[in-house]
Amino acid sequence: MRRRSLQHDEQGRLRHLLTIEGLKRAQIVDILDTAESFISVGEQKVRKVPLLRGKTVVNLFFEASTRTLTTFELAAKRLSADVLKININTSATVKGESLLDMLHNLEAMQCDMFVVRHADSGAAHLIARHVAPHVSVINAGDGSHAHPTQALLDMLTIRRRKGEFAPLTVAIVGDIMHSRVARSQIHALTTLGVSELRVVAPKTLIPAAVESLGVHVCHDLDEGLRDADVVIMLRLQKERMQGALLPSEGEYFAHFGLTEERLAVAKPDAIVMHPGPINRGVEIASSVADGPQSVILEQVSNGIAVRMAVMSMTLGRPPADTAEVQAG
Amino acid sequence: MKISIQHGRLIDPANGIDTHADLHIADERIAGVGDAPAGFVADAHIDASGQVVCPGLIDLRARLGEPGGESGASIASETAAAASAGITTLVCPPDGEALIDNPAVADLIRHRAKLAGHARVLSLGALTQGLDGHQLAEMGALKEAGCIGVSNGLRAVENTQVMRRAMEYAASQGLTVFLHAEDPWLAAGGCAHEGAVSVRLGLQGIPEAAETIAVARDLQLIEQTGARAHFGLLSSARALRMIARARFDGLPVSADVAAHQLYLTEMDIGYFDTQCHVRPPLRTQADRDGLRQGLHEGTLGAICSDHRPHGADAKLAPFPASEPGISALETLLPLTLRLADEGLLSLSQALACVTQRPAEILGLLARGEGGSLAVGARADVCLFDPETYWELRAEEMHSAGHNTPFLGWELKGRVTACLLAGQITHHYCD
Repeated sequence: MRRRSLQHDEQGRLRHLLTIEGLKRAQIVDILDTAESFISVGEQKVRKVPLLRGKTVVNLFFEASTRTLTTFELAAKRLSADVLKININTSATVKGESLLDMLHNLEAMQCDMFVVRHADSGAAHLIARHVAPHVSVINAGDGSHAHPTQALLDMLTIRRRKGEFAPLTVAIVGDIMHSRVARSQIHALTTLGVSELRVVAPKTLIPAAVESLGVHVCHDLDEGLRDADVVIMLRLQKERMQGALLPSEGEYFAHFGLTEERLAVAKPDAIVMHPGPINRGVEIASSVADGPQSVILEQVSNGIAVRMAVMSMTLGRPPADTAEVQAG
Repeated sequence: MKISIQHGRLIDPANGIDTHADLHIADERIAGVGDAPAGFVADAHIDASGQVVCPGLIDLRARLGEPGGESGASIASETAAAASAGITTLVCPPDGEALIDNPAVADLIRHRAKLAGHARVLSLGALTQGLDGHQLAEMGALKEAGCIGVSNGLRAVENTQVMRRAMEYAASQGLTVFLHAEDPWLAAGGCAHEGAVSVRLGLQGIPEAAETIAVARDLQLIEQTGARAHFGLLSSARALRMIARARFDGLPVSADVAAHQLYLTEMDIGYFDTQCHVRPPLRTQADRDGLRQGLHEGTLGAICSDHRPHGADAKLAPFPASEPGISALETLLPLTLRLADEGLLSLSQALACVTQRPAEILGLLARGEGGSLAVGARADVCLFDPETYWELRAEEMHSAGHNTPFLGWELKGRVTACLLAGQITHHYCD
């Protein structure tokens, strides 16, 4: 058993970002504050700061992604890092020595950070366990486990809109079972101490023992949305219609799709979020996604600032001692 | 060759013996306990002062990695590891690297084990051809080739009619059916117990019901067919209670548990420790306690290693993609002894779980072919120092597989010598 947290260095600073679980409240707030300071960078004429000049960031994507990949790339470039993108054929099973061989080759090319997306839960932890001491790993989504930067950008979005977390009632609606986003959001929201956190879905999309994460389970959308301050809709993958999870898209939308009518039971100033990409008419009506309560596009732009914050904090750590400088 | 093992503490659960006495061996068999028989002159003496002398261990389930495997393990390497761990008889499941669904494979495994000479390897023959769950395997021929029982390994027989017929046919051949109870639909794609840990880590779970449903079905079929059956590798307390009830009702069923299930739970997965990826999965603390209780009450007769040696590559993967299994031969005895240390069982009861009880399940005890130190029984003997503490280290393991979550554990009880049919197969030197 490993007692010491894999994602912290000897000084307790963030070395990797693999999961929200285990981050202290102050640490999350610190990331959000740093992200806040980067938001202005995006609004300047020259959208660059030299924090990671001379560092090389590798986007290691074993699973297709457009938006996450793009925002990571933009974030790294705005920090003046060099960026390398490697798409690995998702059909090929990359495991064991072949995966580690590739990492060590990249390390030998003086890469400093791996941003990893992989279809298997635990992939980012595996990589973090085997990289050289000077390398940082950011989890950009592993299986159904975690997507910490997505959760952090959601927290930033909520904080910018709502201020304090303590009085909030938050509802996460949709495919909790398969969602790495939901798991990371749950850890973030419970750590930040919201008043009430609900997960809303039919039983087939709620994993066993989810209550152990500190959430209330609702199987009825009206009950789940009642007086909510924040409504987070999750993407429903088309393939969930197979495997006896749901009868049809139509039935799902009728019972769990977010429409203006359903949203009316939430607080009048409730915000609506979605990690994207949106399936319009499956989990959310266009009128809501594009409506006045939607903050979906804000989430996207906050994503760049949050990723800049995480990259600069992990990779830009001042060296603990001279030995580490030499190792770097 | 005549050997006297002197001054040891003789523990022979099958014969209710726990006393300080000498053990005398003539050629392959036990010749005397206590005083040497008249005219017995030993060619060699083993001083067992301060040591326990017990029957050689019998492991109901060990994969050996040959033929055709990539783990680097072979029958020779793994039986040598067994001897170093006091194990004299290993049962090889039909779904290892070699699929044992025809007499030639069974012959080959026995031949290679005999050539290596470190331990006896018994095979379980396939229940269905190619373990496909459709067509009955040639169980008669497999029995003639020496298979000790039949099993479909970890592959479920989905079709209930086929399972019923297979049990009926095995029963008429006088073969015990070794079952691994897991509903394939509920277990599909899973890699951890469905519960608090799987939800946290986003791992696809295997619910407890995967085991209980399969046990329920198979118990009904056992009752209907009159087959003699053994449930291997139980993982849930609830399934164990179902078997306890069936035994109470007089059904001829027995069950075993893998040693790691008595010490580890789902919590030990931590952050994706692939060494804790096993099948069936590690379950809750309540399950672990229930399994221990089952040993205490006797519902669980035997403890097996469920040995699965792997090369390093197999565990260097994201948790769901890593290979399940533990290289477990070398921890079987110390983990069993620990149950006595913790007060769950007496030392004799603990040793019975790896000697007498598996010998009964396999039908070896009545034939004097293991699990006993009675005069005339085959001289499979294990000697161990019960007070020695040692740390499990990868570089000191005998198995080709170093995949175990017990690395770094301080274990108590070290095997000092092992005899297989009167031949010394292992002798520990400091």
